[in-house]
Amino acid sequence: MPSAVRFQNVSRHFGTVRAVDDVSLDIAPGEFFAMLGPSGSGKTTCLRLIAGFEQPTAGHIEIFGETAEGLPPYRRAVNTVFQDYALFPHMTVGENVAYGLMIKGVSRAEREARAKQALALIKLAGFEARRPGQLSGGQRQRVALARALVNEPKVLLLDEPLGALDLKLREQMQEELRALQHQLGITFVFVTHDQGEALSMADRVAIFNEGRIVQAGTPADIYERPRSRFVADFVGSSNVMAPEFSRQHGGPTGWVSLRPEAIRVEAPRGKVQPGSADGQIIGLHYQGALTRVVIMADGTRLIAAVPSGSIAFAEGDTARFTWDRAALVPMAAD
Amino acid sequence: MSLSDTFFRRPGLLTLLLLAPPLIWIGIVYIGSLIALLLQSFYHLDDFSGLVVHEFTLSTYAQLFAPANLAIILRTVAMAAAVTVASAFLAFPIAYYAARYATGHLKALFYLAVMMPLWSSYLVKVYAWKLILAKEGILTWLAAKLHLTPAIDALLATPVIGGPSLSISYIGTFLVFTYIWLPYMILPIQAALERVPKTLIEASADLGAHPGQTFRTVLLPLALPGVVAGSIFTFSLTLGDYIIPAIVGNSRPFIGQTVYALQGTAGDIPLAAAFTVVPMAIMAVYLTVAKRLGAFDAL
Repeated sequence: MPSAVRFQNVSRHFGTVRAVDDVSLDIAPGEFFAMLGPSGSGKTTCLRLIAGFEQPTAGHIEIFGETAEGLPPYRRAVNTVFQDYALFPHMTVGENVAYGLMIKGVSRAEREARAKQALALIKLAGFEARRPGQLSGGQRQRVALARALVNEPKVLLLDEPLGALDLKLREQMQEELRALQHQLGITFVFVTHDQGEALSMADRVAIFNEGRIVQAGTPADIYERPRSRFVADFVGSSNVMAPEFSRQHGGPTGWVSLRPEAIRVEAPRGKVQPGSADGQIIGLHYQGALTRVVIMADGTRLIAAVPSGSIAFAEGDTARFTWDRAALVPMAAD
Repeated sequence: MSLSDTFFRRPGLLTLLLLAPPLIWIGIVYIGSLIALLLQSFYHLDDFSGLVVHEFTLSTYAQLFAPANLAIILRTVAMAAAVTVASAFLAFPIAYYAARYATGHLKALFYLAVMMPLWSSYLVKVYAWKLILAKEGILTWLAAKLHLTPAIDALLATPVIGGPSLSISYIGTFLVFTYIWLPYMILPIQAALERVPKTLIEASADLGAHPGQTFRTVLLPLALPGVVAGSIFTFSLTLGDYIIPAIVGNSRPFIGQTVYALQGTAGDIPLAAAFTVVPMAIMAVYLTVAKRLGAFDAL
């Protein structure tokens, strides 16, 4: 079975700007694939290359085995949920959802029935006659989703669809999107700059930086074994140790990352052993079950996440951070 | 207590003070004169004495339906409609290009090109057109050089719209009207198109619509308020103009010229007022129909 989406050495340059630079990737059918990266990293351009709004400067794109470059958006079996939803303001919700079917020449009765079905799927049954202007942000987001899904796309593209929603709604929509994807079995390609969102929703994540994929893998892979400083910095609140610091504290000579959960916090007793560091606590951040303890040790900022009940320190105290050597993850310097 | 404190405590007072001058202007000078005009149209002129009789009557309005007057109205409305339709067709691609593709210097150039004709005197432009369209004018000369003289002759031989030369025919009047009012059509359409987010066009294509379908189902409905706004300008300006048909055309009168003659030499103010009400009534009907057709739904 061919990949749902395949990029082979795809580049998209705008003048001298390399928005997408020699990207190769394979997205499996039925996969929930997240593209994660800071703004300007090329993730949205990649999505637009799949949708057909951009054409590659170089390289080859396949969608379910069919060559995609040179095909306009209206000849591709993919649909997009836009960041700003892009609902047609002069049409009702029902007309918006039925738009793709209307274009395909589906009869009025059938498209109304299918629009109704799609609206029920996203829990907006009975909203057919409203105008997009009368809906809340979350409702518009759902309508945009229904408008895309009603066409039964082979791949659904989502461009930061939850960006404009408030936290609670966003978490709710994350769950619903995930459930919807399981239920429909459609390949989802999801662009976001929110690492939490990408890690919690996706089967696989690609991390973008400066037009390239710097790492791709399962969320656990990315989180636990960041391959470079950039990934460690961007994906988590991982501790990043410079080669010098790592060597001095019993680690390898090279950049390493260390997850905050892998650090124990103790009162300093005796000499500092390899695999530990002393430092003054410069921050205590209560986050419910966990509290993040920030120390400055030999000029390096280290963060530990420990169960809130176990804290016996105050800001300004000196604490000792201890970790197992095995928890250190070596990575590239860039 | 200072003045600004008073205004802070009573914000309504400030609003009233700020609005008073324009309200007085609109109320007295603008609406007031319209009411005075409307009143005049319900009087009539005594044929025998030539004096205005200040008694309520509809006989002046009845005069509008005399064959000669009706011909004037129909001629003017037909011309205004033709000019509006032609302006819309000419303006749309220009406005579309400016709104969708032109950026930076190109956009500045667009505004300059559209606005510049508005900076020079209207009379100069109309007289310039008279020369361009005259039998000895540059257009006839150019047509001769291009061996197109038979085409122009054939055009001028067309009944009703033809004439002895372009400058003495409805075609000439139509060309000059369209030239003069075109900017008033381009700018509102461009503003309307400018407000259509690019993602709507992309969303339409994403949902399977080819560019023609996107134009019909998304772009045109959203640009329609702009087209209607532009057509209000071109239509009403053409309905009221009395200079262009007097300089370029076959000397058959339009509403504007008739009003000018009636209130001046003829001294028939009531009929002049009744004639003035005609464009207002037509515009009211036009806007109602446009609203019914959903032209303002996208606003």
